[in-house]
Amino acid sequence: MATTKKKTAKPAKKSTSKSADSASKDFATAPINKSLSKEERIDLYRTIVGIRRFEERSLRAYNQGKIGGFLHLYIGQEAVAAGIVSLMEANDHIITAYRDHGHALAVGMSMNECMAEMYGKHTGCSKGKGGSMHFFAPDKNYWGGHGIVAGQTPLGAGLAFALKYKGLKGCAMCFLGDGAVNQGSFMETLNLASLWNIPVVFVIENNGYSMGTSLARSSAEENLAHRADGFDMAWEVCDGHDVFEVREVANRAMTRAREEHKPFLLEIRTYRYRGHSVADANHEKYRTKEEIEEYKRTKDPVNVIKQQLLSDGTLTEDEAKRIDQEKKDEAEASTKFAEESPIAPRSEIQTDVYWEVDNDTEGKLKGTYFFND
Amino acid sequence: MPLITYREAIKQALDEEIQRDENVCIMGEEVAQYNGAYKVTEGLWEKHGDKRLIDTPISEAAFSGLAIGASMLGIRPVIEMMFMSFSYVAIDQLFNNASFCRYMSGGLMNVPIVVRGPANGGTSVGATHSHTPENMVANHPGLKVVCPSNAYDAKGLMKAAIRDNDPVFVMENTLLYGEKWEVPEEEYIVELGVANILKEGTDLTIVSHGRCAMLSLKAAKTLEEKHGINAEVVDLRSIRPLDEETILNSVKKTHRALLVEENKPYCGVDAQISHIIQLKAFDYLDAPIHRVSAIDAPNFYSKELEDWQIPNEERIIEMALRVMR
Repeated sequence: MATTKKKTAKPAKKSTSKSADSASKDFATAPINKSLSKEERIDLYRTIVGIRRFEERSLRAYNQGKIGGFLHLYIGQEAVAAGIVSLMEANDHIITAYRDHGHALAVGMSMNECMAEMYGKHTGCSKGKGGSMHFFAPDKNYWGGHGIVAGQTPLGAGLAFALKYKGLKGCAMCFLGDGAVNQGSFMETLNLASLWNIPVVFVIENNGYSMGTSLARSSAEENLAHRADGFDMAWEVCDGHDVFEVREVANRAMTRAREEHKPFLLEIRTYRYRGHSVADANHEKYRTKEEIEEYKRTKDPVNVIKQQLLSDGTLTEDEAKRIDQEKKDEAEASTKFAEESPIAPRSEIQTDVYWEVDNDTEGKLKGTYFFND
Repeated sequence: MPLITYREAIKQALDEEIQRDENVCIMGEEVAQYNGAYKVTEGLWEKHGDKRLIDTPISEAAFSGLAIGASMLGIRPVIEMMFMSFSYVAIDQLFNNASFCRYMSGGLMNVPIVVRGPANGGTSVGATHSHTPENMVANHPGLKVVCPSNAYDAKGLMKAAIRDNDPVFVMENTLLYGEKWEVPEEEYIVELGVANILKEGTDLTIVSHGRCAMLSLKAAKTLEEKHGINAEVVDLRSIRPLDEETILNSVKKTHRALLVEENKPYCGVDAQISHIIQLKAFDYLDAPIHRVSAIDAPNFYSKELEDWQIPNEERIIEMALRVMR
């Protein structure tokens, strides 16, 4: 299926100037958004506000010393995961890097299993073996949660390869950050995906900073989506604070991937309010307070959708407040759940290493698998 | 029984498994149209077509990762490394993703891939093409690794590796590809984790794997003929899982152990084997355990010196005599 190269498709390229126009365009009235029911629009708000409240609560837990390791917050970027996941169909799959809480909640993972994972508890989605960066829910087509920058990008192409191999109509949504674009594995993967016509959509969530290094200081070509040109791959750029804009643009990429088995590179301009991780306490040194405040004031994803839904009559102020409170309560309850959950027994250290060992119900496996004295 | 080459045995395994399971596919550089850089996959592309035999660009990181991602959805890719040394540019994919995705997800997924290709020196291609990374693979819980020393094992272990639901590395050897052994026509599997006693003996246990097991067998015959020493030769076949029982039973019988591998000595596979023997058969030992490994330096290019650097019959005999002193 994969050895010969097409060279016919005209990539559906868009110029980046589109991004500047986006403020004046009402994406909520685009067909893909107009078809949403009232309840579906409210669900988008519920997802976005849920991610926000969950992460705010996890930050408090981290500062209280309840969560170990790293905590990479998605605050400011919520509309990207919420918008794209809302477009996923039964055979679509999703994978991302270590800033993975938003995608996890968007696909329907519970706050309880996610918070418990960060607390390192046995009830966590990965039994406490993965932590904040490694949430997984294969039953929801969510394949993680990966800690090494760009390491997930060939995996995402592999999910899409499997869909095509099996003759299924679907696509793989592979998220990465603007810091990942300079990794070799990502560029190798772009080439492979285009060469083999694999239905994968790479979504660069460009928040402007790869840890503490701005885009201008890390990427020779700041229009990241342009890199697709080098691989004869279609691309588009859009803003990420308006969930309806995300949906409108991503829908084109996903439809194309499903219908034509073609990859797509989507660059979504977004912003994170917090540091790269909570440990990145100096994040105000590589950017100004004003820059952060300006984004919060004009482009906060929670406010943007809330105002849209208030102004189009989908929600009343009271209803919006009620949903917000429900999510705060759910986040609070998740810390209680996590707090009260047990940690895994020590015997769990050597489970989930080998499938064959875990499933050796008849005890027929040969040889030593683990080497403890 | 037909006498076939190591290369042909691997090809038969791949061919049979492709026919048995529609999810098995072969991926790698030059595996399809070119028929394989070492001709292991010769004729398979013509027989099975583009879907099952997939030529990749020179992008080990991308196609390794792609195979891992595809395996999560039930595809069972066998990826060829033209040299196992080339897997070093895919280390993040193989040593982080293939090995740890299952663990970090709390067992929610598994990665049924095979990574195969030659891992040996002795061919005058310089240090970067001459790695024997079975010790590195074995150091990553979640990965499995086998080192077939002959055509029979190469076929049987390859089939077991493809059917295994965990990632398995199969370390082949370019110096063995053209060698012939008897291989039955009827189907068989060589299970992972089962060592093979190549020669029974009473005076000394030689533990080895891969091509070194064959060198050890030759050395054992010379030891018997010229020195009257009756050595037992244990071929590990599988490094992880490891057949400790066969090693220990042999040492308990002979009371002496010599460990032979092409790995570099420091943190090599035999460092672990030696530890296991002293831990579990200490009271049975009549002499210190000795090792023959590659002489501890990057592989030499010049043939004469590289042939001396990696284990050879002469060095094995010399060290065996020292163990017997």
